[in-house]
Amino acid sequence: MRDRPSELPIRFDAIDYRVGRIAILRGITLDICPGEPMLLLGPNGSGKTTLLKVAMELLTPSAGRLSFAGRSKGVGSRRAIVFQKPVMLRRSVAANVSFALGAAGRSAEPALVKHLLDQVGLAGFERRPARRLSGGEQQRLALARALACDPEVLFLDEPTASLDPAGTKGVEDIIVGVARAGVKIVMSTHDLGQARRLGGEVVFLVAGCIVERGTSPKFFVSPSTDEARRFLAGELVI
Amino acid sequence: MQPVGALDLLLSADANLIAIVRLSLAVTLSATFFAALLGMPLGAFVALVRFPGREALIVILNAFMGLPPVVVGLCVFLLLSRSGPLGELGLLFTPTAMVIAQTLLIAPIVAALTRQVIEDLWAEYHDEFTAMRVGPLARVAALLWDARFSLVTILLAGFGRAAAEVGAVIIVGGNIAGFTRVMTTTIALETSKGDLGLAVGLGLVLMVLIMTVNALAWGVRRWSEKHAG
Repeated sequence: MRDRPSELPIRFDAIDYRVGRIAILRGITLDICPGEPMLLLGPNGSGKTTLLKVAMELLTPSAGRLSFAGRSKGVGSRRAIVFQKPVMLRRSVAANVSFALGAAGRSAEPALVKHLLDQVGLAGFERRPARRLSGGEQQRLALARALACDPEVLFLDEPTASLDPAGTKGVEDIIVGVARAGVKIVMSTHDLGQARRLGGEVVFLVAGCIVERGTSPKFFVSPSTDEARRFLAGELVI
Repeated sequence: MQPVGALDLLLSADANLIAIVRLSLAVTLSATFFAALLGMPLGAFVALVRFPGREALIVILNAFMGLPPVVVGLCVFLLLSRSGPLGELGLLFTPTAMVIAQTLLIAPIVAALTRQVIEDLWAEYHDEFTAMRVGPLARVAALLWDARFSLVTILLAGFGRAAAEVGAVIIVGGNIAGFTRVMTTTIALETSKGDLGLAVGLGLVLMVLIMTVNALAWGVRRWSEKHAG
């Protein structure tokens, strides 16, 4: 699987995304390169989810240029996404993973299915109906499905937004493990504690614009913009 | 006295009654099979493909769910009658004609309900499948598989509609004793003759059949909720 061409860096060059007259993303310029996790921080409606969907080519930019390792179109098979509320297929846990393996052109061997489920802590859940799992378990299964394509970049859209602390820790541990294995993590969150824990690079968005960008320690200790200071102080930033 | 006569017929497994029930099941099961062959791909196609006139087709399919059986019977009669375009086939007043009529009657039901089920499921799966880059054929196969329990329920609904139908089959079948006489047409005939024993007996069989089909539909749904989510 590793002989597929790399899609990194993913380059956003003055990307706009509009729905009618409403601008969701405005002039986004950003490089997603291999390395530490990238955390998209910002209030609700700041464009975090839209940015991830554009990077996955689920949405087409209204303006600007998007490129994947210099190509205008992505090869696609090395990017994966986990949505905030992932949809479980109406089949067993193992069948969900098998389907994702098949979609990625990989053989759904039982050993590989088991390996992926082990990786996300769902060993022994193979025969359970996926839709009857708890929220945290569903999110972990969604991670296993995403990992099925052996991604080099994994986009995560607030994957712990609806989870309790135990569920959140379970998912964060998986994310840290995946990042250590060399997968580029790009994750949106508005949970400041989570952003501190995961570290890496912070991209702070407000109203569809990148307001500030820097390393996690710098962002949290000495933010350079007024919006970031207010956001970190717990004020409402719109 | 008539219910007693009906019970006698049922308990003695009356040959005439058994033959009528057997033909009814053969016609209705065949019609359900062909309606599934026509209606399910059509419903899935309309659900997933955008083309000019799609909205109009959806309206027509939905409207055809309420097709009056006698109108379907009349149309098939005109098609198959000796002077009709398919008259040379000599199918009028045969079980085949009854299967055709019932297929035309329930295929729109199967197609319209399949369209709705697949479209709803597709709306749910769209982003995940697009992100996973699932190809068109794999997409259709996965949607049909994941909707399998709903599709079985649709087929059972179609079967129930066909089994209870009388208007179309009496027009194109002719209600010929021992050849095209099915439960519903026999009930209508025997009631008009005042011979209520056979009519009530067949009515009981028909009710049991419909209840069984509905129980099956309910069971399938409950099982799917428990085992497939």
